[in-house]
Amino acid sequence: MELAWYWTAAVAFLIINFLLVSASVLVYAERKVSGYIQARPGPNRVGPFGFLQPFADVLKLVLKENIVPLTANPFIHSLAPTLMVIIAMGAGGLIPFARGVVIADMEVSALVLLALTSISVYGVTLAGWSSNSKYSLLGGLRSSAQMISYELSMGMAVLSVVLLTGSLNLVEMVEAQQVGWGFFGWNIFRNPIGAVLFIVTAFAETNRTPFDLPEAEQELVGGYHTEYSGMKFGMFFLAEYVNFFVASFFIVTLFFGGYLLPFEPLIISAFPGLADSILLTVLQILTLVVKAGFFAFVFIWVRWTLPRFKYQQLMTLGWKYLLPISIVNAMVIAIVLAVLNAF
Amino acid sequence: MIGPILFSVFAVAAIAGALGMLFSKNPVSSALWLILTLFCVAGLYLTLNATFIAVVQVLVYAGAIMVLFLFVIMLLNLAELPRLQTGDGKRFLGYVGACGIFAALMITTSSALGVLPEPVSVGVAAETGSALNLATLLFTQYALPFEVIGILLLVATIGAVMLAKRRFV
Amino acid sequence: MLSDFLPLLLMLLIATGLAMTLLKAAELLGPRRPNRIKQKAYESGMDPIGTARERYSVKFYLVAMIFIVFDVEVVFLYPWAASFDEFMAAGQALPVLGIVFFFIAILAIGLLYDIKKGGLEFD
Repeated sequence: MELAWYWTAAVAFLIINFLLVSASVLVYAERKVSGYIQARPGPNRVGPFGFLQPFADVLKLVLKENIVPLTANPFIHSLAPTLMVIIAMGAGGLIPFARGVVIADMEVSALVLLALTSISVYGVTLAGWSSNSKYSLLGGLRSSAQMISYELSMGMAVLSVVLLTGSLNLVEMVEAQQVGWGFFGWNIFRNPIGAVLFIVTAFAETNRTPFDLPEAEQELVGGYHTEYSGMKFGMFFLAEYVNFFVASFFIVTLFFGGYLLPFEPLIISAFPGLADSILLTVLQILTLVVKAGFFAFVFIWVRWTLPRFKYQQLMTLGWKYLLPISIVNAMVIAIVLAVLNAF
Repeated sequence: MIGPILFSVFAVAAIAGALGMLFSKNPVSSALWLILTLFCVAGLYLTLNATFIAVVQVLVYAGAIMVLFLFVIMLLNLAELPRLQTGDGKRFLGYVGACGIFAALMITTSSALGVLPEPVSVGVAAETGSALNLATLLFTQYALPFEVIGILLLVATIGAVMLAKRRFV
Repeated sequence: MLSDFLPLLLMLLIATGLAMTLLKAAELLGPRRPNRIKQKAYESGMDPIGTARERYSVKFYLVAMIFIVFDVEVVFLYPWAASFDEFMAAGQALPVLGIVFFFIAILAIGLLYDIKKGGLEFD
């Protein structure tokens, strides 16, 4: 779909606003879900059912003073949260929302996703370094070592999907999952180990529990954002929520059929008028958001269920288990593909 | 139409990044400038339509090698460098002049010897830079160099372990 | 194609605009009353001892080094994965698989060596 650049800009603007709104919904959801998991009501004062709580929080953060330590490097101190927000939002441009609805659709979009992930290491590292505080620096170092360790397994998990699809393009990866009439072509059924690996590494890359060592508050106060306050802290907060929502979108895109409706061919053969209609596009967007919403819920659920790893456990898991498993998984898929092709 | 404009933007920004890296006193700022340069080089690959190479450039150089650089800077606790003795502009001009003369000499000699590389056209670059073409070349014609790269990477791993080994007790 | 990347560039630009707006809004709306005590680096309420710019464990360096090696490996495998069906269609699946397996085996030796030498122990 060729659009004039201002239309692309309008859609990009829309998606960024969608991500902003969903981040605030997710903040509310996290506090509410954690409340119910811990048998307490959660926020319920601001607005009906406390629904306006995130907006009150944003207002509070904007009105707070921005304190920068005297020994910090002020430019890099501001650059770090900016970078986090830009990359979290930019990755949203790669999501195929429905057939033909995607901002950036290039030949190698899966690799671009990995490249963006690898750049997001800098936000955390620079935040830790520029604050010139011991807690921050330790958090930043830990986190960057964690992120690069799990990036490899994530890369191999994506590689296994690339093998199945024969393409580096995210849209083609979604379309290749439409096999037969049902939803058994989804990559979760063809490549379950890859799916588990991708989900685990997505948790690690977004620094969510059980991989939230960079900000382990019991030992590091706030980790890399110890010295951040006001809106700059808010930007780290925003980036975290956008990150795990976008990660849920990519989990769905790569392994759970993306925007494909379950039983889509059946539905279309029952209602032939639906094919290529606006209604189908809307349905596809809704399907994608529902699926991604489910995984966002899983992110929250896991956070309030599992304890945090110890650092050596984290590194052992990443290097001695996930990386070899992901390599073997990709190789097994290649062998199976070759054998299937031979017969 | 937009290609030449973007090329000039990326080229100028790449050179600016390189200069920023040379002249910033703080090693972390130097590393950040170098990252900017690497991004602009990726942009230059994009203007040649070599998308795969461009993304890999970001993935490997900006995403992996510069992380190592930052780690090393942090690990060694490199303080701000002492101010360089470049107070007078004459010396700087001298450097620029020397580089210019050297470049001119190199270009004349190499064109006289006929070893100057041909400029690559966008079409050729797009063809050689795509993932499929790379794979075809890598796994047929250049299979042996490919395995040698594997051994080189193995040596790098062992070297890194050996260098750091004394500390593991 | 270069033109395929322009929308992503646009998206990143808009996101930059958003981040700048947030920073600017906080600067305009928030109070600005700095003082020396407030701007100390946090160290559990005590005066910070020394600076944070200390030397840290060399193991982080080792992790980054091994990461580069494997990142390069993964990058080499992407063209193979993306065009494996073309190789199969051309009947070259077996030789190509052999080349890739040999490549991975070489790197697996490196990973094993590193694990055996305790390079990835973070105790």
